[in-house]
Amino acid sequence: MELVQMQKSLQDYTKSLFLDGVLDSQFLQLQQLQDESNPDFVSQVVTLFFQDSDRILNDLSLSLDQQVVDFKKVDPHVHQLKGSSSSIGAQRVKNACVVFRSFCEQQNVEGCHRCLQQVKQEYYLVKNRLETLFKLEQQIVASGGMIPAMELGF
Amino acid sequence: MARDGGVSCLRSSETMRVGIGGMESPPLDLDEVHVLAVDDSLVDRIVIERLLRITSCKVTAVDSGWRALEFLGLDNERASAELNRLKVDLIITDYCMPGMTGYELLKKIKESSSFRQVPVVIMSSENVLTRIDRCLEEGAEDFLLKPVKLADVKRLRSSLTRDVKLSNANKRKLPEDSVPVNTSLPPPPSPFTISPDSSDSSPPLTISPESSDSSPPLTISPESSDSSPPLSPVEIFSSPLSSLLDDEDDDVLPSSPESSPAPEESPVRRQKMGSPGLD
Repeated sequence: MELVQMQKSLQDYTKSLFLDGVLDSQFLQLQQLQDESNPDFVSQVVTLFFQDSDRILNDLSLSLDQQVVDFKKVDPHVHQLKGSSSSIGAQRVKNACVVFRSFCEQQNVEGCHRCLQQVKQEYYLVKNRLETLFKLEQQIVASGGMIPAMELGF
Repeated sequence: MARDGGVSCLRSSETMRVGIGGMESPPLDLDEVHVLAVDDSLVDRIVIERLLRITSCKVTAVDSGWRALEFLGLDNERASAELNRLKVDLIITDYCMPGMTGYELLKKIKESSSFRQVPVVIMSSENVLTRIDRCLEEGAEDFLLKPVKLADVKRLRSSLTRDVKLSNANKRKLPEDSVPVNTSLPPPPSPFTISPDSSDSSPPLTISPESSDSSPPLTISPESSDSSPPLSPVEIFSSPLSSLLDDEDDDVLPSSPESSPAPEESPVRRQKMGSPGLD
């Protein structure tokens, strides 16, 4: 595929993530922190987010599978995931965490289980999309091209 | 990433342990701003660290209030000679942390003779007015809503440069520029004014609201159960200098609350002397 085509694909793909609400403006903020001195900043932070989130989701599954659910354990995990997803712009994950927390407050086990599924769904979605995005970027860089800056005002 | 368990580093950490354990490191440039960042979240720590470094601050990032106190030498009674040479110009801390909250850390810092003059900024993902008030009353300089943006840090930075230069020159800080931003408030007595954040609304990045689901538009809404309106984070130091420098904030996105046009959503300075009720 031609470089120009790849760059266009990347732009369109990124745009779609915003339009679908998978990412929000915070992701753009992260991109602004990337430069020649830190060319992999975004993917580094996002990778940390993935590692963190995998762990949290695992802990959450375990906590919710207990005979007696300890919401004092569950809530801080959700809070943490909410925070980190917010920090990288994973909007739908964050929003799912907000709902999750309200069920924690109500100590609604059934509701929490549903929320966990929802959070996981959104998380795997954003993970998948971002991994695709980074692959597209890598292809462009490997072909000697530059990552196009995000177009404003779409 | 976090090698010694407490101090995060995505790069070589030559700025770690400045001033502790002897002064093998070269004398600091007096105009350099050294920030101690405290956050239990690794992701947030990396981001705040980058935000600070990109605005030319030296950063030490730790993962808890205890480590912060340890770094500052406040964790025991013994006064250390080296600590007089430890130069910390700003402490920025998350509010919600296990063990010691940012508020508790703030109190401890304000209780210490060596560091009570150091400005402390609190960050929180939750826009809770009582929380904000409490922190400001305890002496916090500012309260930033997470996720923290580049514009927030640039504002902090520009204020700090002024303070650091002055304190180095005159051994004193500027008087606190506690000037309200809310346009409904009467004009402040101080000669300084805070420019309305219209200066931050550079060419709008119009990310259209998500069509598919019920995700809220791209503003920071208080997702906590508190029903306070989506207030913008408080403004920090006001000065003509800051407002001039705001012209450089063309990276601020209007989806952030501080540049939303509605007057009731313009940033409000929560003064320590007691600001009008906002809810």
